[in-house]
Amino acid sequence: MTNRYNRHIILSEIGQIGQDKITKAKVLVVGAGGLGCPILQYLAAAGVGTLGIIDFDTVDITNLQRQVLFGNASIGQNKAIAAKERLTDLNSDISIITYPEPLTYQNAIGLFKEYDIIVDGSDNFETRYLVNDACVITNKPLVYGAIYKFEGQVSVFNYNNGPSYRCLFPEPPKKGTVPNCSEIGVLGVLPGIIGSMQANEVLKIVLGIGDVLSGKLLYYNALTCSTTLLKINKTEEQFLSVLKDAPSFNKKQLNIYCDTERVISLYDIINIENFQLIDVREPQELPKVIGKEVTHIPLSSLEDNLDKIMFDKENLIFCQSGVRSKQAISILKNQGINNCFSIKEGASEINDFLSNHYKTTTNDR
Amino acid sequence: MNINIKYFGLLAEVTQQEAETINFEGKLVSELLDVLQSKYPALKNKDFKVAQNQELVSINTEITGQEIAILPPFSGG
Repeated sequence: MTNRYNRHIILSEIGQIGQDKITKAKVLVVGAGGLGCPILQYLAAAGVGTLGIIDFDTVDITNLQRQVLFGNASIGQNKAIAAKERLTDLNSDISIITYPEPLTYQNAIGLFKEYDIIVDGSDNFETRYLVNDACVITNKPLVYGAIYKFEGQVSVFNYNNGPSYRCLFPEPPKKGTVPNCSEIGVLGVLPGIIGSMQANEVLKIVLGIGDVLSGKLLYYNALTCSTTLLKINKTEEQFLSVLKDAPSFNKKQLNIYCDTERVISLYDIINIENFQLIDVREPQELPKVIGKEVTHIPLSSLEDNLDKIMFDKENLIFCQSGVRSKQAISILKNQGINNCFSIKEGASEINDFLSNHYKTTTNDR
Repeated sequence: MNINIKYFGLLAEVTQQEAETINFEGKLVSELLDVLQSKYPALKNKDFKVAQNQELVSINTEITGQEIAILPPFSGG
């Protein structure tokens, strides 16, 4: 029978010896989203023997435009678990371990120690700095990729004494200054390109061939098809300060997950008996949500309208894309109000959902 | 001296262009940033790194090259 990995093995740069290295490799992919899907797809196909997937999020319909491991049947499923289903069909010879939970300061170190290489496919700065710092502490190479609209960045950090993510960007940017994909959109094929480049770097590290993208940041623009390669210098202090804080690492809290604990999907609200829907968009924003009573409190005036928050029912907050509603949760939490959830889907999906699941008459106040 | 400046990501949106050439008579990267921030006040609220001749440099670096790139962090995935 012809070997599954024949096209690798017949390459003189890989051969059976190289393929055996791939089989022995243990790779953890953080995030099974836009970047995670192509990374996982190629690493599973290549036969990476142990593939870890950590993602707490569930698949929704707006993911399918770019998150190519998922289909309609995956909607509502945890991403790590849905990815494993598809990948097991792609290659049942490998071991795929799923962690359907958030990566946190509490679980990162133990998890990273189980793997040889960590791949960052996360979608927020908090997690990216957590991944970097945990890689520095556990001394694991980090294959980094990040995207914005039509542009992407790729690099390999903490590899053979090379620089870390903090040598490039020492501190996270001020909150809210860099929008993410759900706020501003992203060309679907872009994470496919950047994620594939990350998978390529993983295989080069495993095989020990080519020039690993360490000490360099690759910049790619999908609209101009241009790439720019920038040299990154190592800043020793960035390593020292992370290592110095290592003993208290597991005491830190990830802000984003304090918020996301209170993020729910539309598919969860069927289980909530008594709730009020709150729209935190500005009055002129469309589409209006119909099919269920909605209370309007624009985010800009939320703090002046706390009396509209109901105390005897759950307050389910939504906006256009699930970003402002999350901000609303933080604001309310700071006011000591905890019976609130942010709906991760936006207004148009909520309309689709309500028209399918509820037949209440409109009473839009 | 004429300097070619490339803007990446949302910085291209702030400056409304992906590249421009400006005449600069100062000495340090920080002085160049002062010029750019007074030309584009919105840059002041942005985080970014500066590369000179394809190498990321600190703001105290002397301007020696004519190719400057200004890049923001991306978080999307």
